[in-house]
Order: sequence, then C-alpha cells, then structure tokens
Amino acid sequence: MTPSRRKTQPEPNPRSAPKPRPQLPKAPTGIQGLDEITGGGLPRGRPTLVCGDVGCGKTLLAMQFLVRGATEYDEPGVFLAFGETAEDLTENVASLDFDLNHLVARKKIVLDYVHIERSEIEQSGEYDLEGLFIRLGAAIDAIGARRVVLDTIESLFAGLPNPLILRAELRRLFCWLKDKGVTAIITGERGDNTLSRNGLEEYISDCVIVLDHRVSAQTSSRYLRVVKYRGSTHGTNEYPFLIDSDGISVLPITSLGLKHIASSERISTGIPRLDAMLGGKGYYRGSSVLVSGTAGTGKSSLAAHFSEAACRRGERVLYFSFEESPDQIGRNMRSIGIDLQPWIKKGLLHIHANRPTSAGLEMHLTKMHKAVNAIKPQVVIVDSLSDLVLGDNKAEVKAMLMRLVDSLKTSQITTVFTSLTKGGEVLEHTSVSVSSLIDTWLLVRDIEISGERNRGLYILKSRGMTHSNQIREFLITDHGVELRDVYIGHEGGLTGSVRLNKEAEIEAARLRKDQEAEAWQIELENKRVALEAQIAKLRADFAVQEAASLNLISQEKAVKEKLEQGHDEMEVHRKVNVKPNKSGRGST
Amino acid sequence: MTTKPTRPAQPTVKRAPRKAVSTRYILKLYVAGQSPKSVNAIANIKKICEENLQGRYELEVIDLYLRPQLAQGDQIVAVPTLIKKLPPPLRRIIGDLSDTERVLVGLDIRSKD
Repeated sequence: MTPSRRKTQPEPNPRSAPKPRPQLPKAPTGIQGLDEITGGGLPRGRPTLVCGDVGCGKTLLAMQFLVRGATEYDEPGVFLAFGETAEDLTENVASLDFDLNHLVARKKIVLDYVHIERSEIEQSGEYDLEGLFIRLGAAIDAIGARRVVLDTIESLFAGLPNPLILRAELRRLFCWLKDKGVTAIITGERGDNTLSRNGLEEYISDCVIVLDHRVSAQTSSRYLRVVKYRGSTHGTNEYPFLIDSDGISVLPITSLGLKHIASSERISTGIPRLDAMLGGKGYYRGSSVLVSGTAGTGKSSLAAHFSEAACRRGERVLYFSFEESPDQIGRNMRSIGIDLQPWIKKGLLHIHANRPTSAGLEMHLTKMHKAVNAIKPQVVIVDSLSDLVLGDNKAEVKAMLMRLVDSLKTSQITTVFTSLTKGGEVLEHTSVSVSSLIDTWLLVRDIEISGERNRGLYILKSRGMTHSNQIREFLITDHGVELRDVYIGHEGGLTGSVRLNKEAEIEAARLRKDQEAEAWQIELENKRVALEAQIAKLRADFAVQEAASLNLISQEKAVKEKLEQGHDEMEVHRKVNVKPNKSGRGST
Repeated sequence: MTTKPTRPAQPTVKRAPRKAVSTRYILKLYVAGQSPKSVNAIANIKKICEENLQGRYELEVIDLYLRPQLAQGDQIVAVPTLIKKLPPPLRRIIGDLSDTERVLVGLDIRSKD
C-alpha cells in the first residue's frame, strides 16, 4: 500500500483536472464493475498481480480477462496454467459460458499447462527460467497475443529449488512481460502478512488486486480491492463481487459521488388520493420511496399499485420480492383488484423472487444490479428491506442500500422500498435506518380504536414538494387501495366504523340543526304575523277612537254654535237687536 | 558407443547385479543459446558422460532459441534442464550441472548416501 502511494504521488492527482493529463493506457477487462473501479481496466502492457486465498476466484478473474479480451476487444491471450491442465481448465470454465476449445481453435487463446513435478527435479548449479520465457514467448508469438495470464506463480516456488534464483527470475519475468508489451495477470496466493507469499510480486507489479472471501452469519461474501495502481487513481474500497453463470461481476456501487441529476418529472403513485397528498402529482422520477409500517398494513399493496401504474405508462418494472413468490404476489394483488399478469406477459413487469437467506448481501446486491442492468427498468420495487437483515448486519445492509440507491438514482430509476416495522419499535425507525437515503417516506400504521384495527397513512417526509400533513385512512378494497379522509375533531382522528359512526352522528346533528333553524324561522314568522296583527288592531282601535273624538269635537262645536245662536235669538227676543245680523254682529 | 564398462571398480558387488551395467542412457539437455550457463552445462554433461557412461549414452542438446516449440512437450521451465529419459524413472536436473555429485545422483549413477 505504501509503495503505491509513494509511486502515485509524484504524478499530480489527476482527479482535479483529468482531461489535459495523458491517461495511462488501460486494457479493459470486460469484467463488469472492475473497469469502473480501475477507471478503464488494467494497466496496458504491464503486469498486474491478483492475489487471494484459495477459492476466491483468482483463476476465474484471470480467465475472464483473457476470454473477454479475445472475444470483445480482439486481443488474443495466452493462459499459462501451473495448477490445472488445459483440459481441466476448459471443463471448469465451460460452465461459465466460456468456450475455450472454440477460442483455442480460432487461435484466439493459447492454453499451456506447465507441469512441474518436484520429485523429478534435482538441482545442480545455477539455472534460470529462460525455458519458461521461451515457451511463453513462443505462445505469444504464435497468436500475436496481447494478454497473458500466469496462474499461479506459487507453483514455481513449490516445484523448483532455490527460492533465491526464483525471486530474481520472477523480477526478470515481470520486466520481460513489460518488454513484450503484453497486459499480464499473475495470480498468487496470499501470504500471512504480505499480499503475496513471497512478499515480492506486489512490489514489482504495477497493479495489485486482492480478492477475499469471508463468511459472516453463515453466508459467504467475496470482496475485491484494488490495493495499488501505479500511475492511476482507483477506487480503494472493498467491493463485493459475485461469481455466477456470467463469470465475475464486481459492484462498484460505492457512492463515488452524489452526482445524480434530479428530475422534476412527477409520476403517479397509482392512487389518485395519494398523488393529491403529494402535491397533487405523485413521486419525483428517480427518487427513492420508502413505505414502512407494521405487519399487514398494505405496504406491498401500495407497491403493487405503483407497479401497475408504471406498467400502464408503458414503463418497465423490476419487482424484487423477498417474501412472496411471483405467483403469490399475482394472486394476492388480484384479490384487491390489481391484475399484474398482463404486464408480466407483456414483459413490462419482472418479478424476481428470492429468499433473503439464499445468498449473502453482496450477492443480493450484485444480483439486483445485474438484473437492473439487464432489464433496464424505470421502476424498481424492493419488498421488503427488512428481510435482508439477518442477524446483526444492519450496518452492512445500510451500506448496501446506499450503493443500491445511488446506482438506481444515477440511472433515474424510481425505487420503492418497503420496510417492516416490528411491533414495539418506534414507527419512525426503519429497521435499517435508511431514512437519510429516502426522498419520500410513507408511513402506514395501525390505528386501534374501540376494538378495531384500521390503517392510516401519512407522509413522513417528501423532499422537494409540498405534501399533505394529514393522516388518511387507508382502505384496501377489492378494487385497490383507497384513501379516505379521517375524521379529525376534538376527539382526535377517528377511523373505521368509529369514523362511520361519527360521520352518521355529524349528519344527524346537521339535520337536527337544520330542523331547529327551520323551527326558529317559523316561529319568527309567527311572531311577525302576531305583531302585525297587533299593529293592525291598534290601528283599528285608534281609528275608532279618532272617529269618536272627531265626532265629539264636531258635536261640541255644534253645541257651541247652538248656544251662540240661542243667545242672539234671546237678545232679539229681548229686543236688544232688531234683526239677527251677522255682519252687524260682526261689526259690533 | 562401446558397451564395455570403462571402470570395473565402479559397479560394486551389491550394485552391479541390480543395475545392468549395459543400461543405455538417453539424455536430453535443453539449453538457451550461448549463455554462460548453457555453455557450462554442455561442457559439464559431456565430461560427466564421458567419465561415467562412456559408450552407453545418447545425449541430445537442444537449443530452445532455435526450437522453442519443444519446450512445451518436455515441460521445460528452467534452463538448462537435463532430462534423463531412460532408464526410468524420468529425472530432471536443472542448473549448469556444475555440481557433478548431484548430477550423478540425479542420473542414478550414484545413490544418495
């Protein structure tokens, strides 16, 4: 490790400005992921040491490098095997889809088995490995090889006497390979405290890759690490890798940077009311969504809804199930009115069902990664995350998820994870504490009121959009998920039949209020009528009194006139005035 | 190429009947060009053969630079390599054959004591 740092430091760090600096020429390995970690492959024309314990995939990595070189990059190769015969090798890798016989026949690959039988060998005086060089040289020249594999170098030390000579010769071999200009992989076993058994190869190689194989919680995981790469930057972490029918794939999903673009496109959740809760439009494309909740709260149903909605838009959906078989998912979702079968038939929906215990975490991650690369979906469902937690591996699950989320986000894939919250746990705790990786977090929970269990849904967070703060009642009906408003009043949120009761009560109360108002109205009307009648009566009384009063007044007047008239007549009679004369009376 | 043993003293009473005196040795020496080790090896083996196996050995010297394709067939890795094809068992002696004692042991001419 130290020598690599020492060697790479004189070259200014190319990370800051990679373009103007000449890049070290690299030979792509064709191994998924490894080329990403190394920034393009192994150092071209230089030797690379691949070391690791027994059974960790050294030979396979080397063979894949050679086969891919021959088939994909038109670089023929020589495989010098010290451990296995050519026939064994051919048979061993045939299961991996590598047809060595065919490649050998087409002069793309030369397989040479170097057999050293220690018991036959006696040493007398100084020797060198020129024989090996000549042999290798002849093979290289025969097909114009650009790549060479020596597997494994330890066999030389086991088979030949005098390690001192061998060490010197090994050094010469590395130089010779460089002179030849071939990109070489030399495999070696790991020493106790050194990377290689002789403690030499790692110093004379330009690139050192360490493979490891560890077992934890009864599942084994393989890891790859680039320890040294002269003249180039490289990912330094331990990357899990996987050996399957396609050979090796390495997972460089390491959050090398948070560089994914953020789409502002919104996609429907498949549930209109939920869309409405999420600012009216649903999730962001390329965001990560977590649906967490206790058992049986409908997490999978939400995921299925989303899947179906995506399929309807013509998008491809990759559904990783760790709990149910594809058939079971199909049946269960049909029961709530979501028929996924047509989408599976159309090739839009892919369900990958696996028991979480079937493989180690890295294996799962790699499988997922591979499936994503193969299917290129727009939507990925992981149901459920909690299943991946076996024993005490939460930190690893989180690391794995981080890598998964980052890789999916980079590809603009919208992901829905479901997570089971165990009884007694705080709801806002996911079993693997992934909340920081999640953009939109829906929480489904049980609401227990008066002997009933109902489901409630609310949005715990949703980055970058306005979202409803209300709890919605979450119903699973035979035509899918429905969200209902929850009664919210001074008695708190009510759900289920209590909500129905309450709603009925409210309705009754409303009716009653209506009736009361009507009664008041009538009473008021009555009062008005009564009042008006009273007014009319008073008016009538007044009219009568007025008439009577006027009558009296006129009578009084008449009486008064009469009296006056009587007085005049009396005076006439008394001979005061000759004639009753008005004017005369007036003049007087 | 004579079959007559040159040193009557060599086959002792015990060893002589077991290993036929007339056993023919077929030897191959692989060398690489005119390197010092190669030149030494050729000189050494010739001397040893003449001294110990006179008349009953065949020695073929193969220069791998000239015939590289032969390296694979005889599984040559180290150079120089002397192969004792006959008599059995097959033996390989690597090095410039400067240690005569070990060469003789390797060729089963002398037993390991």
